[in-house]
Amino acid sequence: MAELAAVVGIGQTKYQTKRIDVSIAGLVREAAMNALNDAGLVWDDIDAVILGKAPDMFEGVVMPELYLTDALGCNGKPMIRVHTAGSVGGSTAIVAASHVQSGVFKRVLTVTFEKQSESNAMWALSNPQPFSPHLNAGAGGYFAPIIREYIRRSNAPYDAGIKVAVKDRLHALKNPLAHLQLKDISMEMVEASPMLWDPLRFLESCPSSDGACAMVIAHEDLVDESPGKPAWIQGAAMRSEPTMYAGREQVSPHAGRDCAKDVYAQAGITDPRKDFDCAEVYVPFSWYEPMWLENLGFAEPGKGWELTMSGATSLDEGGDIPWNCSGGVLSSNAIGASGMIRFAEAARQVRGSAEDHQVEGAKKALGHAYGGGAQFYAMWVVGSEKH
Amino acid sequence: MSLENGSATGQQVEVLSQKFTLGFTYTRSTGPIVGRFLSSLRDGKMVGVKGSDGRVIVPPVEYDPVTAEALIEFVDVADTGEVVNWCWVAKPTEHHPLSHPFAWGMIKLDGADTPILHAIDTQGDASQMKTGMKVRVRWIDQAQGNIKDIVCFEPGDSSSGNIPRHDFEEPVVMMDAPTYLDYNYTAGNATARYLHQIRKGKIVGQKAPGGEFVYVPPRGSCPATGVATTEEVECADVATVESFTIVHIPIPGNPIKPPYVVANLLADGADVSFIHLLSEVDNDAVEIGMRVKAVWKPEEEWGYAMDNIRFWKPLDTESDKGGQ
Repeated sequence: MAELAAVVGIGQTKYQTKRIDVSIAGLVREAAMNALNDAGLVWDDIDAVILGKAPDMFEGVVMPELYLTDALGCNGKPMIRVHTAGSVGGSTAIVAASHVQSGVFKRVLTVTFEKQSESNAMWALSNPQPFSPHLNAGAGGYFAPIIREYIRRSNAPYDAGIKVAVKDRLHALKNPLAHLQLKDISMEMVEASPMLWDPLRFLESCPSSDGACAMVIAHEDLVDESPGKPAWIQGAAMRSEPTMYAGREQVSPHAGRDCAKDVYAQAGITDPRKDFDCAEVYVPFSWYEPMWLENLGFAEPGKGWELTMSGATSLDEGGDIPWNCSGGVLSSNAIGASGMIRFAEAARQVRGSAEDHQVEGAKKALGHAYGGGAQFYAMWVVGSEKH
Repeated sequence: MSLENGSATGQQVEVLSQKFTLGFTYTRSTGPIVGRFLSSLRDGKMVGVKGSDGRVIVPPVEYDPVTAEALIEFVDVADTGEVVNWCWVAKPTEHHPLSHPFAWGMIKLDGADTPILHAIDTQGDASQMKTGMKVRVRWIDQAQGNIKDIVCFEPGDSSSGNIPRHDFEEPVVMMDAPTYLDYNYTAGNATARYLHQIRKGKIVGQKAPGGEFVYVPPRGSCPATGVATTEEVECADVATVESFTIVHIPIPGNPIKPPYVVANLLADGADVSFIHLLSEVDNDAVEIGMRVKAVWKPEEEWGYAMDNIRFWKPLDTESDKGGQ
């Protein structure tokens, strides 16, 4: 990357089941205004808007970026829409960052959203396809067999997923923006929740949320014009792979490993567990924490669940590498925004602005998103220092 | 590398197409600005909002097109106006607001500075349509609080005086927005070849010439190399369970009753799995690596679909278990 860029403003909405008080425009506007205010900027300070959301079927508004230009102060400016399914929040942040790093724009506003209450994600992801058996049972139906294979291979205890479900919900209690605020959460409560897609229980799955997340990303030259501490973008990478090919490693996809290798090389990360202070990783179903711990090199293959069970990823247990201090996707899932929330929460940690879920003195954090049939990956490394 | 024309993609078969409707009963939260506009429609009133440059924008927008500031100053405008542009619809479809020929018009209401798009009814007579002509709203009898409360516009200098009735007390905050898209889906050559074999009760995968991997169902080209899968390889209707899930919730639009087992199945002779149902087995007894065979529908019910196989069930002989 040629030029240095940093996150100078972050804005989110409170994630919740339904935001019936606002339109889609009102929802993205709220996050955008929060980001602008955080950055101490106004619309005229922004060169371009980079917008992301998951498939249009989630709200049934085709090309919503066109209708949202007014709300995002983008009339007369470039508007770019990014689309990589569930990873889109991460990819959108990276597309925004790369437009600053390349010198094309000096300061961009990047916004992602989902207003899931306008539709039903289970339906939108389970459409009948002509000539095919109609057996797609949502995202959980797709990922459950892959999780089952992970459990078989790694000999993980049956409750490793339950542990993640509890841990992330305990984290959410420290984050007032998180959708799920389950004060009584416990291993027993998760285990007793209904089985949806065996081996995934209801409380091991993410909720459906309305919400938006926005960031202002500025060129090094303009960083000082914003009052807050910047989060410097030290590395960013995306990878993809086909969903269906013979011999595909579905439990720990190649594209994820390659993407991590790339972003670590850019940021000088050699031992992720030691070098990062925390990570915000896309875990929509509990078992994806141990799976991604391995895929991202925080644990040896087959050993990710040991880290989870030891409390290493828990803020409450004083773990050395807390994952998803914000509560993660398991606690708030406005799908199109979920990846960007990971990236923004990583940035909040290194800016020291994560309030009650702050990891003390965090200097380096990983933001991660994946999407589709685990075929799209987006990751960034942010730091409190430039390098 | 050869082009993907008929000669390069193997046997030519009849093109298979299927009608396909994708749709959902979406809802919209309107937000306060659009909600106010829709609430006013129920009372037979048109409202706009004043922009930063003093223009009255109808229908109202939430944010100023020039300054991006939130707009809040509502302005009443007339339900009469002037046609600033129009086009004629000689053959209306079932989705159009009028069943006889009509015009789509851009109509600037009296008191507004921006035009609204709506249908204009001249009783099918295109010669009555003129730019600059005066029109008025034809209101619906019983209002619902959506844009259809305006049936259409019609020629006229002054209001019709017939405003709608309604029984609502609360302002509009939500609206239904059912959306349906009708497709004609064409399977493509590779899939069509595959489906013609399924029609005959055979699972025939495809591979690229010289390639290693057999794809069931085929996708036209090898995902690893991009080479067209022109070679056909017959696979068995016996498979190995690569993995599975027991689903405890219904699939929207599918009558299947939970819990049911959806498995990733690797047919003997194939190199990539597909999903299908497992049945005639205790759900708790299903395991990775289990050997299963297809249970076909009666031959007279076979069509161009994987549904020709009703489900898969365990192979019953001990010697067949434990891998290929």
